Amino acid sequence: MTQILITMGVLGGINGLLALLLVIAEKFIANYGSCRITVNGEKIFEIQGGSSLLNSLKTQKIFLPSACGGRGTCAYCKCRVLDNGGTVLPTEAPLLTQDEIKNHVRLACQLKVKKDLAVEIPEELFNIQEFTAVVEKLEDLTSDIKLVRLQLKHPETIQFKPGQYVQLQNNPYEGVKETASRAYSIASPDSDSRVLELIIRLVPEGIVTTWVHQYLKAGDEVRFTGPMGDFALHEGEGEIVMVAGGSGMAPMVSLLNQLEKQKSKRKITYFFGAVKRSELFYEEVMKRFGERLVDFTFVPALSQPDPDDHWSGKTGLITRPLDEYLQTIDTSKVQGYLCGSPGMIRACIGVFSQRGVENDRIYYDPFS
Amino acid sequence: MINLSPWVIFFASIFTGNILLTYFLGMCSFLSVSRQINTALGLGLAVTFVLTLTAALNHVIYFRLLEPMGLEYLRYIVFIVVIAATVQFIEMVVERYSEALYINLGIFLPLITVNCAILGVSLFMVIRRYTFIQSVFFGAGSGLGWLLAILAMAGIREKLKEERIPSALRGPGIALIITGIMAMAFVGFSGIVQIQ
Repeated sequence: MTQILITMGVLGGINGLLALLLVIAEKFIANYGSCRITVNGEKIFEIQGGSSLLNSLKTQKIFLPSACGGRGTCAYCKCRVLDNGGTVLPTEAPLLTQDEIKNHVRLACQLKVKKDLAVEIPEELFNIQEFTAVVEKLEDLTSDIKLVRLQLKHPETIQFKPGQYVQLQNNPYEGVKETASRAYSIASPDSDSRVLELIIRLVPEGIVTTWVHQYLKAGDEVRFTGPMGDFALHEGEGEIVMVAGGSGMAPMVSLLNQLEKQKSKRKITYFFGAVKRSELFYEEVMKRFGERLVDFTFVPALSQPDPDDHWSGKTGLITRPLDEYLQTIDTSKVQGYLCGSPGMIRACIGVFSQRGVENDRIYYDPFS
Repeated sequence: MINLSPWVIFFASIFTGNILLTYFLGMCSFLSVSRQINTALGLGLAVTFVLTLTAALNHVIYFRLLEPMGLEYLRYIVFIVVIAATVQFIEMVVERYSEALYINLGIFLPLITVNCAILGVSLFMVIRRYTFIQSVFFGAGSGLGWLLAILAMAGIREKLKEERIPSALRGPGIALIITGIMAMAFVGFSGIVQIQ
């Protein structure tokens, strides 16, 4: 018994002492005092130094886009730091081009605020706001993809361009105290600015997706920031070829809604990839677009259909039907719109360029 | 307690008993950060610094506190906690006071917490019952030995970039084979001095 107590005492003592030393050290060494951030030469904020520029700006209600949640992988939070930025960190270097480094572009999530900074942020990002909303309904689209419909509460409306995304933040749930933000494309039309629909696929071990899939209920209050992103419909006369997989459906629905609203006469072909029949969803929605749009074809393809699926449509990875199709048409004016995993997008870009669709006519939105 | 000059231990832990090439400790970061000479040098220096410091700290804690109280079995957990706290502390200091050092060493510091060479040195020091001075030299020597190994590896890998390697062996495969050959070369040193 005494042995156990001594063990616990010594262990607790050592751990406690070390923790105390670290806390004291943090108070004195990692205390950068208050720093002044000048944004675009006009707005000046006083903030407590020591956290990343991304989070510091967030406290001042300036929301830079960040799909990866500050892990330094998506490179969406780029901004110019004119003063006192210091040298580019090794964690940023792979994500910045030579020109960007020369222009003092930095990743806001990696740069720690230690001194007064002057930063330059594109004006349109000031439109990004923080929203609270109530979950109106949750619907299972497939076994691992949910449709989340949000009724905005504060502010009550959102202005966005079809193709843009928002960053949903989880509430703490069982065993997970941290909050994280992840990017999800808006699937609802921009005509109803009081409601947002997101299509969210469960990612194993994902902080936010696990929360959405297992803990979120209708009536819950959630927070998100947005709208962000530059994935959008581009002017043109040529055919539109869309390719998506899984929850990549969301921005495509948004673009299709916009095309419908514009009463577009353009020819649209939409390739959607899934593994088996049970992973296909929104087939009725696609049928409806088929009726309302002038020339719309939805081409689902299954890579491994179950024998029970009795699948008579296209099979194989989505690149195969895409390639077959592109060979049959004149691709000189085709625009490609892609949304899916980085691997899928890379493969599709390869197919497009092989069939004569240049990179400047391919628009994409990778999951990150 | 063995009666050896600290200098013998120092050189022995660089060459004859190289922590990486003889004991194969610290392989993970050795394989992943040995692509470029500069980064390898940065990580190696950080490891050397942390090794020396934690060997000293853990020596005091083990021989002054844990052993007298009969709590030897706590050494694993205590050593790990001490290493983690030291690394945190160093990271804080480096980040605050030296930007150049932070850029070169700072990003490797979190990697070091989980480098088993660090824990290995503390445990060897206990098994071999080194004195305080011996432990510090052992820590510094082991760190420099690790630095030597990763530098050599990075040098070889930079040369390898231009070589034609069978595709199946590219990356970790060829790196492990090279490590094996390097380890064999270091066997040549063994037997010159005994430090355990």
